[in-house]
Amino acid sequence: MTAIQLLVGTRKGAWIFRSDAARQAWAVQGPIHLGQIVSHLVLDPRDGKTLLMAAATGHLGPTIFRSTDGGETWAEAGRPPAFPKSSDPRARAVDHTFWLQPGHADEPGVWWAGTSPPGLFESRDGGVTWESVAGFNDNAKYHDWCPPEAGTPDGALLNQIVVDPRDLAHMYIATSTAGVFESHDRGASWAPLNRNVEASFLPDPYPEYGQDAHFIALAPTNPDRLWQQNHCGVYRLDRPDERWERIGKAIPPEVGDIGFTITPHPRNADTAWVFPMDGTDVWPRVSPGGRPAVYRTRDAGKSWERQDSGFPAEQGWFTVKRQAFCADQGEPVGLYLGTTGGEIWASCAEGEGWRQIAAHLPEIYSVTAAPV
Amino acid sequence: MAQVFIPSQLTAYTDGATRVEAMGATVGEVLDDLDRRFPGLKFRVIDEQDRVRKHMRLFIGQDETRSVGAPLSESGELLIFGALSGG
Repeated sequence: MTAIQLLVGTRKGAWIFRSDAARQAWAVQGPIHLGQIVSHLVLDPRDGKTLLMAAATGHLGPTIFRSTDGGETWAEAGRPPAFPKSSDPRARAVDHTFWLQPGHADEPGVWWAGTSPPGLFESRDGGVTWESVAGFNDNAKYHDWCPPEAGTPDGALLNQIVVDPRDLAHMYIATSTAGVFESHDRGASWAPLNRNVEASFLPDPYPEYGQDAHFIALAPTNPDRLWQQNHCGVYRLDRPDERWERIGKAIPPEVGDIGFTITPHPRNADTAWVFPMDGTDVWPRVSPGGRPAVYRTRDAGKSWERQDSGFPAEQGWFTVKRQAFCADQGEPVGLYLGTTGGEIWASCAEGEGWRQIAAHLPEIYSVTAAPV
Repeated sequence: MAQVFIPSQLTAYTDGATRVEAMGATVGEVLDDLDRRFPGLKFRVIDEQDRVRKHMRLFIGQDETRSVGAPLSESGELLIFGALSGG
């Protein structure tokens, strides 16, 4: 086993937790940029040293901070993500960068960013300067896909970017206003990919676009398999098929398959975890019944098993946001989730034996795991 | 030469200085000059459409402005404040 680091973005700054080789003892570094709203903090797996942080504050506009020394020192991007200048009085301005995605392994230095309002941006110099991706941001259908009045409480999002490891031109994005899109030409053009995905909040509950795709992820060892935690349920898509299958119905109905995030197993394409939340009534968005649990499938969604050992047995009202649930590459796999109550919970046994490894942090927005 | 008040939210850019001087006849020109000397400062106050960000306030002397084209008055004073923005 090797040591790992957890990169934690919160509403009030960032922290880095580094483990020992057994993933039992944790050393903490931080706060980093205390007071900045950190939506995402990501290590570049291609060089193992470049950290990018998506930051803003209540007052100040958004920016990207960059570190190449393990987070000891930071430099600000020379040109953060920004929409093209326009004379339209309703012209878009980036409110915050939500998601940072290292590019394909064959394109070192390339990063992608998703923003609110929904926007796709690319950097070719390791995150120093960013350009608007016209294929999405200036698409003739943009205002249909991303109507200005739509969005989450924190604004409408382009909330995930996925690059096919076999083909750098093949990409997927997830949005909160129009669901999932696919590109075969490295972002130059996009098509909706939402067949059979529910949008229960629209007059047509199965539209071409309009869904709220909370999170998408490829199965690392089978990039033809896409997992999706949608606003309305858990789905799986096996390409080249274009019809998503609702797999969350196999979760007990008293728990339901509403949630923000889904985490695939790094080596087993049939295994993934979700963290269900209460999506009934007025949508409390907390652990159903106050009893936190992850649910694991090991058969591609045909069945699910509850894993709650170590979590509070009652009165545990966790909310885990889109970017705040992740897996490491360990054997067995370690899982980590951060709560809006400022707690980090870890399992070193593929979802069993959860324990709290940090508390009293600000509201956690993101947790990503990386080798030390 | 304009006299510019820098709020605490931006002193990380100015090595802690709360009063700096800058060249320019308009709000935008002054902010451009500040950005040359303190890279990144302007974008955190003014968005890419040249709008003053929602929770920032700019005053030319005693008069508030939300236009980067506004000319500075004879006093040549630009005050930048962080407005109330919640907890």
